[in-house]
This record gives sequence, C-alpha cells and structure tokens, in this order.
Amino acid sequence: MSDMTATLGSLTLPNPVLTASGCAAAGRELHQFFDVAELGAIVTKSIMVEPRSGRATPRMAETPSGMLNSIGLQGPGIDSFIANDLAWLHEHGARTVVSIAGGHTDDYVALTRKLNGHPAVAALEVNISCPNVENRGLVFACDAIASSRVIGAVRRAAHPDTPVLAKLSPDVTDIVHIARACADAGADGFSLINTALGIVIDTETLRPALAGVTGGLSGPAIRPIAVRCVWQVHHAFPHLPILGMGGIRSGLDALQFILAGAAAVSVGTAVFGDPTAPIRVLRELEAALDERRFGSLAEAVGYAHLTPEQRAARNVA
Amino acid sequence: MSPVQESGEIFALQRAGEYLQFTVIAPAVAMTAKPGQFVAVAVGGDNSAMMLRRAFALYSATPGGDFAGTIQFVVAEHGAGTRWLMQRQTGERLDIVGPLGTPFPLPSGPVGAVLVGGGYGTAPLVPLAAALKEQGSPVEFVVGAATSSRLFGEMAAKRAAGIVTVTTEDGSSGTKGLVTDVLPDAIARVGAEVVYACGPMGMLRAVNDVARAHAIHAQVAVEESMACGIGVCMTCVLPVIGDDGRSRFVRSCVDGPIFDGARVRWDDVGTLPPDLVGADAMGGH
Repeated sequence: MSDMTATLGSLTLPNPVLTASGCAAAGRELHQFFDVAELGAIVTKSIMVEPRSGRATPRMAETPSGMLNSIGLQGPGIDSFIANDLAWLHEHGARTVVSIAGGHTDDYVALTRKLNGHPAVAALEVNISCPNVENRGLVFACDAIASSRVIGAVRRAAHPDTPVLAKLSPDVTDIVHIARACADAGADGFSLINTALGIVIDTETLRPALAGVTGGLSGPAIRPIAVRCVWQVHHAFPHLPILGMGGIRSGLDALQFILAGAAAVSVGTAVFGDPTAPIRVLRELEAALDERRFGSLAEAVGYAHLTPEQRAARNVA
Repeated sequence: MSPVQESGEIFALQRAGEYLQFTVIAPAVAMTAKPGQFVAVAVGGDNSAMMLRRAFALYSATPGGDFAGTIQFVVAEHGAGTRWLMQRQTGERLDIVGPLGTPFPLPSGPVGAVLVGGGYGTAPLVPLAAALKEQGSPVEFVVGAATSSRLFGEMAAKRAAGIVTVTTEDGSSGTKGLVTDVLPDAIARVGAEVVYACGPMGMLRAVNDVARAHAIHAQVAVEESMACGIGVCMTCVLPVIGDDGRSRFVRSCVDGPIFDGARVRWDDVGTLPPDLVGADAMGGH
C-alpha cells in the first residue's frame, strides 16, 4: 500500500483527498454518506463577514460534463459559521480548510483574525475570485496587485503555523504571473482552480439561463484547463504546494493532478452527482498509485514533469 | 432518517399516458421513506456527461409485504436526462439516493383534506391519502392536467380516497378548466381544514390562494431545479418566511420540498427581495 500522507507546506494530512469549497457546505450533509474525518480535510464553502442571502434563482444550469452556477456566496456570516459549522466539524474530528471571501482587503483580515487559534482550522484557502469593491468590482484574482495585497494581509494576520493557500482563477492571461504575485506576498501554496466564467442562454426564454447572467463553470468540462494551470504553476514554483481541483470524479482524474504537480486534490462538482465521490476517489487513487508502483503519494507529485534521469533518481530514493 | 445511496434494479416499467412509472428494488430507501419525500436518480450511465441527478417524488415505498423493498416514482420527459430514463428496460440498475426532503406533515387527528395533483404531481399524494384515511380523515382528490394524456393516477387516487374530480384545460377528460375551478366545491364537501398540493409552481400558488380565501392551511410540494438534492449546492432555494417572521432563501431539497403555502413568498420567487436576511450584504457582488 502506498503511503498516502499529503503535505501542504507545514500541514500534514493523512491522505490527499479533500472536498472543494462550495461543494460540501460545511460537511454535515455529506457526513450522512461517509465519515468526514476520513478525508484529508473538509474545505468549507467560502465564508464572508456578514450573513448573505445569495442571488435570485435560477442559480444553476447543467452543461456538458459540468454545470454553471451563480449562487452569490449565500452564507451565515463568520460568527455563526464559527459557532455552528466549525464547532460541528471540530466535534466530528474533521480537519478543516476554511475558505474565506470578501469585497475589501479588510474583510479578509477580519475573517482571518476571527479564525486564528481555532483548533479545527488546518489551513486558510483565500477565495480571491470576488469582485474588489475598491476597484470597480474587478475580481481580485484577475489583478496581480490586488491579489498580492489580499494574500499579504491575510498572511500577516494569520497564525504563523496556519498555511495560507491562494485560490486562483483560470480566467487570466498568465496564471503564473498572478501566482508569482501571491508567492511574493507570502502565500504558502495555491488552490487551483476556481470555476471558469461562462454564460448559458435559455433558448425558450431567449435570455441568460441564470438570474446572475454569468456563472462559474465547473465539472469535468474544465479538467484539462485545471491540469494545465497546475502544470504551469508547479513548473514555475516547484517548492510551493498545490491543492488541485477542477472536474475530478475518479481516482485517475485525481492522479492526473498529482502527476502535474498537485500535492493534494479537492473533489467538487462530482459530489452533486455522487455524494460518496470523495471517498471513492481516495480509494481509486490509492489503487492507481499501487498499480503504478509508487511507494508513496509524495513520489508521484509532479512526476509527469521529470526527465528519464530524474525519474530514475526519484525511484532510487 | 438519513438518506442512503443504493443501486436498485428496475423491477417493472409501466406506461401511464405520457409518463413512465418505475418500480425499483431499493430496500434501504423503501425502509424509511414517507409520503412527500423524493429520490435523486443518476442519469446517463457511467461517464455520463450529465453530472446532476434528477429528482422524483416517491409514488410508493413498500418496506414489507408482497412487494417488500420496492419504491415507485413517475418520470415525465423534460430533457436529455429524463429521456435517458424513459429508455431504460427492466432488469437494468439505477443509482438512487433517498429518501430525501421533508414528508407531508400529518394533522394530529382526523381532519378533512383535499389533495390537489397537477400532472404527475398526483403521485406523492396517493400514499398521503392512504395515511390520512388511516387516521380517519375524510379525503377528496382533485387531479388536473393540460390534457388527458398528462393526467396521472386518477384510478389510484380513486382507490385511495373514493372521490376524485378530474379537470383538463382542453376538456379531453373530466371538467374543462383548472383544478382551482373545482377546488372550492371539494373543500366545502369534505369540510376541509387543509389542502395538500403537488404540481407546477403556478398551480401551487393558485391553490394556496384558494386555501387562503377559505382560511384553511395549504401544504405544497414544490419542484425546484436542484443540483445535489442533499442540501449542499444551494441552487434550489425559495424565499420563505421563518418562525421568527424574517424571510430567508431556504433549500427546497432539505427544508422542503413540502412547505406551508402561507410561508412561501410566491410573488418574490425568482427575485431577491430586499428584506431577505443577508440581502443587504449583496451590494457589489
């Protein structure tokens, strides 16, 4: 059996399969189908400072091998999240990566301060695919300077032992450029990728299918884009860990991300069609690594980048 | 009870007008299901390009007896996913998650009730009628559809409740018109204190209006577009007034699909009402 231990910077997880933000709520619903403590970690839905209603419906359209969503980060606000959701996750022994979101840099700092010292928080995932209120709503993740400001501020505010992962958007000209800005600002690693922006037109009503007009595309439809982003960022920053995600629904899908350079993976949209998908992906990934004679997960991380000589060296080690 | 995921063999398929009635061997789902709850069925087979399940209200769930461990639900063709289901054969297997959602609340004692089904919306009302009759409630059915081929379960409704009034918009069966045209008479005949309804949103809203006019309760089963069916994705929300008097977007898959009609903000479905909890935080997003 391969050693499935995953490391994301200073964080060590018993296995590399996590849920994806927005695709597992705060674990409670999925716990009906599997033990949330069995996964590497639960990544919670992005939380903001205040309670949010989310957008009007329709919020979702199914697309070929995926879906488009525009929920608008409906959520209870950080205080209720800590009192209820995080407490529940802690009680059930789940390691938790808390995804935080905001409209101002100050929001991210306030969220980080509230979460500091909580025993259930294993890492922070900073969702910077949010409109920056101070810059005419331009998404932070599409602007290297804004990204670097948020990540730097969170890194300074967070407990030094808590890894800070920058979650990047694929909707940029050069994802390595944004990743570099985040790395320079102190990001301990990356979450790759967020959804890709899309529109579906309803051909009956002759209008956009979603009330929010645009939505985030997720699912296997975006998997090659996600693997490409992981590949490019790992190539540029081989020392920084990546949590890879985007359309994973099997162990072999997860293995693609690992081979491209991800140190761990998140299973997202697949959960909507198969609530036990994360546990299944974990078992399948373990079997896939065994079949390929990897002694450990760590041996496989970034393996697709290696030259024959580098492969031989790694196999000996 | 918690939902389960189960691979169930299709035991029987039965055409009913434009619908296909499935009988599936799914003992773990059948064990705990109650009238009003639903199942979510994966479509398209392994490696399907359709990632999302399709939700169907349970027509029956039989934990014991001759058909122990079976469930029934009714499929109408809406698109590629339901078309795939309509092409299934007996002996094939379906990946089913259920039972999901809230059951119809039953009155604490015998209470007159009218059950209103639109199209295949009659399906979950048939087992409800049986449960109401069991506790001594007088029950009548009103079933309606655009045309007779889209009616479902008139005979089953008649067996369960005794009295069924049928309406079709084109007059091809029963009274020409809408269910709400005949509902007031049914309410009066049975001395109803509650109306239960399942069908399209427009019908539910109209039924709720009739119930309000008679100062009686309406319990409605909504059919909202949903991705997961288990409370995770937040796509199937409706604006609903809570116990504290404040309105929120609530999930129709776990907080519903059965709602007290008086609590649903019917005028505001599909909008973001500014008084909703958390609506003030939506600026800039």
